[in-house]
Order: sequence, then C-alpha cells, then structure tokens
Amino acid sequence: MNILLKIVSFFGLGLTVVPSILVFWQSLSMEDHKFYMIFGMILWFATSPFWMKEQEL
Amino acid sequence: MAEGFLQRLDTRLDAIDEYEREPVPESKLKGWKGFLGMYAGEHTAGTEFVIGPLFVAHGVAAVDLIWGLILGNVLAVLSWAFLCAPVAVKTKLTLYWQLRKICGSKLALIYNIVNALMFCFLAGSMIAVSATAVGLPFGIAMPALGDWLPTSLGWIITVFVVGLVITVVAILGYDYVARFANISFPWMILVFIAAALAVLPQLGVTSVSDFWPVAKEGIWTGVPAEGQSKFTFWHVMFFAWFANMAMHIGMSDMSILRFAEKWQYGFSSATGMFFGHFIAWMASGILTAAAAGAIAPGLIAYNSAGIAGAVCVVIAGWTTANPTIYRAGLAFQSVTPDWKRWKVTLFTGLVTTIFACFPALVMKLLDFVALYGLVLMPMGAVIFLDVMLFPKFNMKSNLAEMAGLDFNWAAGLTWFVTLLLCLFINLYMGIEIFFLGLPGWFIAALLYIGISVFYQKKQQPVPA
Repeated sequence: MNILLKIVSFFGLGLTVVPSILVFWQSLSMEDHKFYMIFGMILWFATSPFWMKEQEL
Repeated sequence: MAEGFLQRLDTRLDAIDEYEREPVPESKLKGWKGFLGMYAGEHTAGTEFVIGPLFVAHGVAAVDLIWGLILGNVLAVLSWAFLCAPVAVKTKLTLYWQLRKICGSKLALIYNIVNALMFCFLAGSMIAVSATAVGLPFGIAMPALGDWLPTSLGWIITVFVVGLVITVVAILGYDYVARFANISFPWMILVFIAAALAVLPQLGVTSVSDFWPVAKEGIWTGVPAEGQSKFTFWHVMFFAWFANMAMHIGMSDMSILRFAEKWQYGFSSATGMFFGHFIAWMASGILTAAAAGAIAPGLIAYNSAGIAGAVCVVIAGWTTANPTIYRAGLAFQSVTPDWKRWKVTLFTGLVTTIFACFPALVMKLLDFVALYGLVLMPMGAVIFLDVMLFPKFNMKSNLAEMAGLDFNWAAGLTWFVTLLLCLFINLYMGIEIFFLGLPGWFIAALLYIGISVFYQKKQQPVPA
C-alpha cells in the first residue's frame, strides 16, 4: 500500500514540475501547466501524509 | 468542559518542551537525516517569496547575485558549523537556559522580551505574505513597493482573517503544523522552480543559452527601482550570510542542534541555504521580473503557477508564521508565567496581526531581517566566548549561576554598548545595517572579555 501511495505522491510532484519544463520548451500552454499543477498539488497532499515520516526534531 | 479541554491542551503543549530546562540525554540525540530535512524545510518559507523580488527591486546585477549568494551562504553554513553547533553539542541546552546560566534570570528575561517582539514582526510579515494570496480571489488591492501603511479596509480585513486562523491553529495544534511544513517542503521547492521555469519564455528565454544574457539584461539588471537603494555584491553576500544571524551567530539554533550527536551536523544547514536561500531566492526574483516588477508574493505566484502558486504562498507564509507565533508566545510566557499558554499565544497572535497590517513589514523585510539578527547577535558572541573560550582563558563560565547573580553586568553592558556602537557606526560612519554584524561581533567579543576580566574579580561563588 505504501509503495502505491509513494508512486502517486511522486507522480504528483512530477505533475508539479514537468509541465513547466514543457512550457519552457514551448510544447505546452501556460494554462495547461497551471491546471496540471493543481492536480499535482492535490495528489501530493492527498497521499504524502500517509507515508512521510514525522519530523524528528 | 472548556476548562478541561484547555487544561489537556496545556499539558500537551508542555510536553513539546521536553528537555527545555535540562541537557538533552544521550539517548535522545539524533543523526544527520533529521537535520538535513529540518533545515531544508525551515529555510524554504514565505520570506523567500519576498527576498528574491526585493533583490530585483534593489538593482542587484546578475553576476553579483550569483557570487554573493554562493559566498554568503557558504559563510552562513560555516557559522552554523563552527560557532553554533559546537556550543549546542557541548551544552545540550536551549539558548534561553544557557543565557540564564551566564546572564542571570533578569537579563535573560529582557533578552526574551526583545526576542519575542522580533518574532512577532517576523510572523507578521509572513501573515502579510499569506494575505497577498488570500486576498486575490476577492480582488483586494495588493500593497506595492512604496506602501508602508495599510492600503485599504479590504487589506486589513484579509490580514485579520489570516491572522485569526493562524493564531487559532497555533493554539490548537502546533505539532500538526510542524508536520504539515515537513510534508509541504518537497512540493514547495518544486513550485518555486516550476513557476520560474514557466515564465522564462515570457522574458525571452527559450533555451539554456538564452538564460544568462536575459538574466543580466532583463531580470537582475543592476538598475534599482525608483526610490530604492542600489545593492552590490557586498550587500548580497552579507545579507545571505546574516539573514539568519540570530540563528547561527546569535545561537538561537542551539535549541535544534543540542539534539546533534556531533558538531559537524551544523553543516546540514547547507540544505536550507542552497535550496531556500539560493534556488528559491533566484526563482522568486525571476517571477517578479516576469510580473513587471510586482512584489506582492500572492500575485507573482498566481501569475506563474496559477492556483497552486497562490496556495504555495499561503502555505509558505502560514507554516513560517505558525511556529514563530508559538515561539514568541513561549518567550512572552517567561514574562507572564501565571498566564495560560493559550492566552499568551492569543495575545501574541493579536499583536502580530496588528503588525501585519503594515505592508512596510514586507517591503522593508531586508532591513528588518538585518536588524533582527544584529540586535540578538551580541548575546550570541557572549555565549560563544563563555562556553568555548573562557575555560581556555582561565576565566569563569556561567558566572550568574556560579555567583548567584540575576543580572550579569558584563554580559548586559556587552549587549547594550555593542548595539550603541553599531548605531554610531551606522549614523556617523554611514555603514549600512547589512554590514554591521561583522564589526559588531568583534566589538561584542572584545567588550565581553574586557569587562569580564574586571567584573569576575568581584564575584564570589555562592556557597553550596
């Protein structure tokens, strides 16, 4: 289960940053990039709390 | 029922301060990993959305920015590793309890009040940063570079709503916020990077080779905005070094590094410096250039990353403001020990929110951050000398504890006279506040040694 959650989390991070690279290469519009970032944010915050360890300090 | 709930809350909050008043036991020491993550998270925060744009507004040139940030951040890491970490590992105490041993309870109390006020200003600027994003959907006019006073009723209402939410969360669940900040960090740093990458084509950068010419001519042009002073390489280097002076040279991070097994863990601060104070400062500078010089963090993040960018600003401001309000509350509580902690935190949140209404806190953030470090720095010098060098000079460490003093005049005079001399250097020699930390540390060191030589002769140990 943890592995699946991690995959979804990292997919969320990917959706946060990869579209911006495509915008830089002019292969994606700014509007699409903003949309994918919302989706990435939701995936990250919906899954990462379940597997990220608590801060120890 | 409410009383019972608050009692439980108080007990829970007290549990957070484990080992606050005693050295951290060997069994509780931590390894590298926790420090790497903690520093990376703590220094990718709301302030980063303001500092990068302010460098652009102050007309920093691209080459000065790059070299200034590299050298300044390296010096900051060295300050953590060679000044703060050795003291923290040796004493395993918080700054406040070490100060009580050296300075006595009354002087430590004065330090605590000053520290708490500084925390309130810092948290206030973060509430204002969050408010610039929260106000966006309501069409609230955002403060501009020259605004120091509240710009509209809408701005004040937005700040109070954000301040209220942050204060209530600080009262109810500080530990949840700390965890949330930890979770947010990887996403936040990627939002900074993604937002900057996405706006580069708007600035004329469509390949890697375009970046440097555009950086020099379109982003960090070397020309300050109207009414702003010109920043050089030296400003950037000293700012990057001293942005966290209160934490490293000022010894505030003893609270964290006292959990370190070895002093070398001070080098883990490099993650915070090079993610937060290099990548994030550069990224936010690019965002402001793409937004035609706008400074309001919510606006520049929304322009480049849409809703996710605005949410990032809210989270970045919130996760910085929250622990800061909590810490300020703790510091104030030493003044009002009879008050319940939730009451102190509520009071602190109210003071902080009032400060946050003034955009000057954001627009003059560079000056404030420099002042914050400078004011607390002399006590850092006092602690470093007292713990690390006095035993080698055959002088007495922890004088207040040894002689039963509640006000160590050697430390007190060192603090006040250093700040007066720094003010004199600033006013009469024209040295800007960003540079005063360096001569200030040596002034403090010489004063503390000089005064202590005479003062310690008069003090006798308290009979056991």
